[in-house]
Amino acid sequence: MKIKYIKLIALLFGLAFTTFITSCKPEDNQPDISLFLPANFPQPVYNTDTNPITPEGFALGKKLFFDPILSRDSSVSCGFCHIPTAAFSNAAHPVSHGIEDKLGIRNAPAVMNMVWHTTFFWDGGVHNLDFTGLNAIQNPVEMDEQLPNLMVKLKRQQTYRKMFTDAFGSDEINTQTLTKALSQFMAMLVSANSRYDKYVRNEAGGNLTPDELEGLQLFKEKKCNTCHATDLFSDFSFRNNGIKDSFDDDKGRFLVTLNPNDTGKFKVPSLRNLQYTYPYMHNGSIGTLEAVLQHYAGGVLPSQTLDSLLIQPDGTPGIPMTELEQTKIIAFLKTLTDPQFIKDPRFAE
Amino acid sequence: MKKILSFVFALTTLFAMFGITSCDKDDEVTPGPLTLHFENRAGNSKLNFGQAYTNAAGESVTFSTFNYYVSNLKLKKADGTTYEVPNSYFLVKGDTPASQEITLQNVPGGDYVGVEFLLGVDSLKSASDISQRTGALDPAGDAQGMYWMWNSGYIFVKVEGTSPASTEAGNLFFYHIGGFGGYSSPTINNIKNISVASSMNEKASVSKDSHPEVHIYADVLEVFKTPNVLSVAEHSNVMFAPFSTSIANNYADMFSLDHIHND
Ligand code: HEC
Ligand code: HEC
Repeated sequence: MKIKYIKLIALLFGLAFTTFITSCKPEDNQPDISLFLPANFPQPVYNTDTNPITPEGFALGKKLFFDPILSRDSSVSCGFCHIPTAAFSNAAHPVSHGIEDKLGIRNAPAVMNMVWHTTFFWDGGVHNLDFTGLNAIQNPVEMDEQLPNLMVKLKRQQTYRKMFTDAFGSDEINTQTLTKALSQFMAMLVSANSRYDKYVRNEAGGNLTPDELEGLQLFKEKKCNTCHATDLFSDFSFRNNGIKDSFDDDKGRFLVTLNPNDTGKFKVPSLRNLQYTYPYMHNGSIGTLEAVLQHYAGGVLPSQTLDSLLIQPDGTPGIPMTELEQTKIIAFLKTLTDPQFIKDPRFAE
Repeated sequence: MKKILSFVFALTTLFAMFGITSCDKDDEVTPGPLTLHFENRAGNSKLNFGQAYTNAAGESVTFSTFNYYVSNLKLKKADGTTYEVPNSYFLVKGDTPASQEITLQNVPGGDYVGVEFLLGVDSLKSASDISQRTGALDPAGDAQGMYWMWNSGYIFVKVEGTSPASTEAGNLFFYHIGGFGGYSSPTINNIKNISVASSMNEKASVSKDSHPEVHIYADVLEVFKTPNVLSVAEHSNVMFAPFSTSIANNYADMFSLDHIHND
């Protein structure tokens, strides 16, 4: 009887000790990997149940994201085009610039708040975050690597074999584990701590100036928020906002649906972190926010598929705005800048 | 004594039942294997890569690639019932003889008279998450070169080669035909329902002791004819575009059941 008690006590101690150790571990040497779901955002779309984020999976995804081994000649990583300090976009490059300085046709978007996206890429050709990396790896003007060859290269490295084992319980490196690791890193890239966010969530630091508040009001009055909707600033629909009137070089959404009514339509981009993500639009054709506002006020080009929100009742294209109104809207847009996001050590290379 | 008697009685009944049911199985439903052999043809002869043939437009064509997806296989019995082969997704590749022989295990015993399948990958699977993309559907594995990364979808039929009529560099021609109907917005659907049966009423008899082999012909020249004559000179390079539906209507009848071996 006595021995039984002693055993029980020893067992309890052992248990308490192990919980103690494991509960200490994450705080000691691992970053917080709980997914930030801001109160002012809708429900996420990406299902993390199918790919639960773990410290090991996140660490592996991060290593892959910043490793040029993913490109044919080990010159270009995902982070080369999606730069952390540019809110994971490619600041200063109108169109992407990949392996051997080959140019793409589109501007690299900011990889942030991806778990809320219903589709990916400017034309929405990809429907699940897990498939986004595969595209870049095989694209001849981005990384130009063959996936089976990449698997061989990764398997050759002891570090990767260990990291895949730690993350997924097996050193088998395959499409599922590669893409899921990348998704775990990208899913974590949530930007929602701008001054505006703190303002709407009534948090410390959430003060907006009168000009900024008027800008927010104008943003709604001018119906910018119909397309740049919710606190994600996109309804994720495909629209033609009149930056061009001929789309022969890039037909946008048409390429995916083959519906002529989709010609020249592109996914409505988020307006967060604009101060880091210039130049703007799918082709990087507008360099400053002033020029973007001038575009909406007086430069909208008419074409068959131009969005009706950008056509005035008398048929004139554009959204009438005074210069002062434009300045105020820009002041508001700048409150969407989130320095905490781009400086987050968990996401830095 | 009574107890023992009833025990013996129960035992015999049990045995008898067993005997009957197992007998039943032996006669009718012992499962067995069945092989589908896809033979690539060019008109009346075997398709050889690198050899020149003449298409319906009278152009000389030489092939280097002829790949296609066969999925959702169903085997048709003489009595009209069908056996659906679970989770069946196969990629038949012209340069890989092993991929041209699809052996199905544990097919319910019986006489089969026809084969039905989808040429392509159904929309549900085409839109499924990454964990379902294994084997023939793995974009980084077997499906390498048969998947559009930028427009999430499989290339159902891929025909490539050269022709003096081609307007492309190196006289190459490319037909990469796919399109499962679209994920969120409808678009072209080039999946085709294929149904083949023996013209001579041959049957494939499946049981644990016989392993029938069904020989199905796939004629690459059919891609160029009926209902639409496809001219390489006019269309040297067709991928995801409205015109691809005319080519899909052509390949819908490229299959035929040539013969069945019952060994
Ligand atoms: C050469 C530059 C380049 C590299 C390298 C690159 N990307 Fe991109 N990325 C782009 C461009 C350009 C786009 C937009 C493409 C389009 O819309 O067609 C994009 C789009 C994306 C998107 C979609 C974002 C959205 O808002 O829809 C994701 C996610 C993404 N890339 C992840 C990755 C990952 C993961 C890697 C590494 C495996 C990677 N990228 C490597 C240039 C690059
Ligand atoms: C009809 C829908 C619609 C309306 C209304 C609209 N936008 Fe846009 N906006 C878009 C689309 C679509 C794009 C991307 C277009 C492209 O790249 O081809 C875009 C791009 C932008 C960009 C560039 C973002 C980037 O990262 O490249 C800014 C900034 C912007 N819009 C601000 C505004 C402001 C301010 C208003 C109101 C004055 C407004 N938009 C009204 C649809 C709209």
